[in-house]
Amino acid sequence: MSHNVSPGSQPHETGLDRPLYTPIKRRSFFMYAGATAGATALVLAGCKDDDNNDPSRIDVGSGDGGILNYAYALEQLEAAFYAQVRTSAYYTASGTPAAIKQVFDDLALHEAIHRDFLRGALTANSITPLQDLKPDFSSIDFASLNGILTAARTFEDTGVAAYNGAGRYLSNNAFLALAGKIVSVEARHAALIRDMITYNSFVSSDVVNTFSPTLPANATTAYTGAGTPSLTPGNGNPVAGAERSRKPQDVLNSVNNYLASGSKLSASSFS
Amino acid sequence: MNLFKLISDLEQADPEFLDRINPRRQAFKYLGHAGKKVTAAAVPAILASFFNRAYGQTVTDPVQKVLTLALQLEYLEFHFYNTALNTSGLIPSSETNGITTIRNDEAGHISALRGVLGTNAPSYLVSDFDYSGGGGSGVGPMASALVPNGAGNANGALFFAAGQAFSDVGQRAYKGGAPTLNTTGTKDILEAALNIHSVEARHNSHFRTVRRAIAANAIGTATAAAVSPYDNAPKSWINLIDNGGPTAPNNSKPASAVYGAGNPAGTYPADSNTSQAGIPLVSGTYSAEAVSEAFDEPLDPGTVQTIALNFTSAAGKLKGLFQQTF
Repeated sequence: MSHNVSPGSQPHETGLDRPLYTPIKRRSFFMYAGATAGATALVLAGCKDDDNNDPSRIDVGSGDGGILNYAYALEQLEAAFYAQVRTSAYYTASGTPAAIKQVFDDLALHEAIHRDFLRGALTANSITPLQDLKPDFSSIDFASLNGILTAARTFEDTGVAAYNGAGRYLSNNAFLALAGKIVSVEARHAALIRDMITYNSFVSSDVVNTFSPTLPANATTAYTGAGTPSLTPGNGNPVAGAERSRKPQDVLNSVNNYLASGSKLSASSFS
Repeated sequence: MNLFKLISDLEQADPEFLDRINPRRQAFKYLGHAGKKVTAAAVPAILASFFNRAYGQTVTDPVQKVLTLALQLEYLEFHFYNTALNTSGLIPSSETNGITTIRNDEAGHISALRGVLGTNAPSYLVSDFDYSGGGGSGVGPMASALVPNGAGNANGALFFAAGQAFSDVGQRAYKGGAPTLNTTGTKDILEAALNIHSVEARHNSHFRTVRRAIAANAIGTATAAAVSPYDNAPKSWINLIDNGGPTAPNNSKPASAVYGAGNPAGTYPADSNTSQAGIPLVSGTYSAEAVSEAFDEPLDPGTVQTIALNFTSAAGKLKGLFQQTF
């Protein structure tokens, strides 16, 4: 079940369902049919098996366009989730605090805006947007605040780790800048959702490499980074006080749990 | 120590050595002038400065400049939170764990950035900063932010306001610096910076959550209502320009530049920006408020330094703090 906050953002399909006003002669019809068959064969020849060898998975593609479509997929999923939150038993109950409903209203808008913006950016850059994905939220308890927050935490933390891990694959710095503008908003979401679940858990050790500094004895001695654990950045090593970015395929292996059959994704170009 | 033999040996091992310490091959002339005025004890320091010039890429490496600015901002935040934690009665007990975690994260960022910068990494003391926002006068508009129950600082309200401003400068600065780090040879550094950048945003979200709670007299809770125009009881994200950000006890808006446009404004727009990649996003469905909240904006290093210099003491300025040329 797909929920979109902005039905007006969906692609126009006018034209496809119009009758053909000019009758096609029988010989012309076979000419077109033959050409189509040939084109189909060419398309099939151009396909190659991805690493997963799973024809049911949709690959996000390669290059900057692949990363943009990967982000578009994640935003589609988040937007659909919060849209469903806003129709949930919890949200629509009479006693639900207005301040909490306001948070979900904001989150639903932000994610829908991200989704529609990415679709527009893909089109503007002549990259074919990924199809509309069909989510599967059957594992989520939409009747309780805790059920909703737990799922929201998963989506937001995953989103941040995904954007952080995707940045290195972008060659166009305009796209990197756009990803940066979005990821910090996802991080804001994640921190608030976490504080709503357990206060002061906005940067807990399950998402950030916690660090215990060894502080100088007095204010005239400079702090130069001593502490535990001792971490050296580079080569994918964890960074002290920083989040743990995730590779696209790793992220999608998690995200696929929330996508229906036929909408599950792969990112074979970014391993 | 035979200085001239050492340089001669270095030149044999590395024929370009002299070119790199002085492109016009006037190193010996330069050294000769210096030598007349220095004592033997100063020679190691001169040597060290030569080696930095030769191998540190001190002035030519844009990656190093971006990381150095990031390190300076981390010191600004680290000393602020560390001072607050050591000031009895400033931070409400419900917030001590959160601020301790934030301080430790900043220490981790310092550790990581110093690890990348190596011997070129500067270090700064708390005395290098002026947390009053007075640029060294010590009597700026935020002077009571570290004073328990000082003006405007009941429950640490002004302290959390400053924390919000500092972490927003941080997230905007990292965002502005990221494209410079996106080179083939620095992808790991880019990824590390991105992983720090999102932590700054998480910190900022928390500061905003705390400020909302203080305004609602519900400190220690996460779901107090945000109140328009969001300067005193902000959302956990930036709404337009948050009405210029927190208000100081003297009714000024010392953080207004934090939410304003950088230079050039086309690349570094104010946080109220509603158009991305040339695509206008306000519609019948999406208000300007919602669109502005959905994106954080980058800030250029020059504007970041201008803001941060308000929080730099005379001692810090003598060390070149926040005075790189970009």
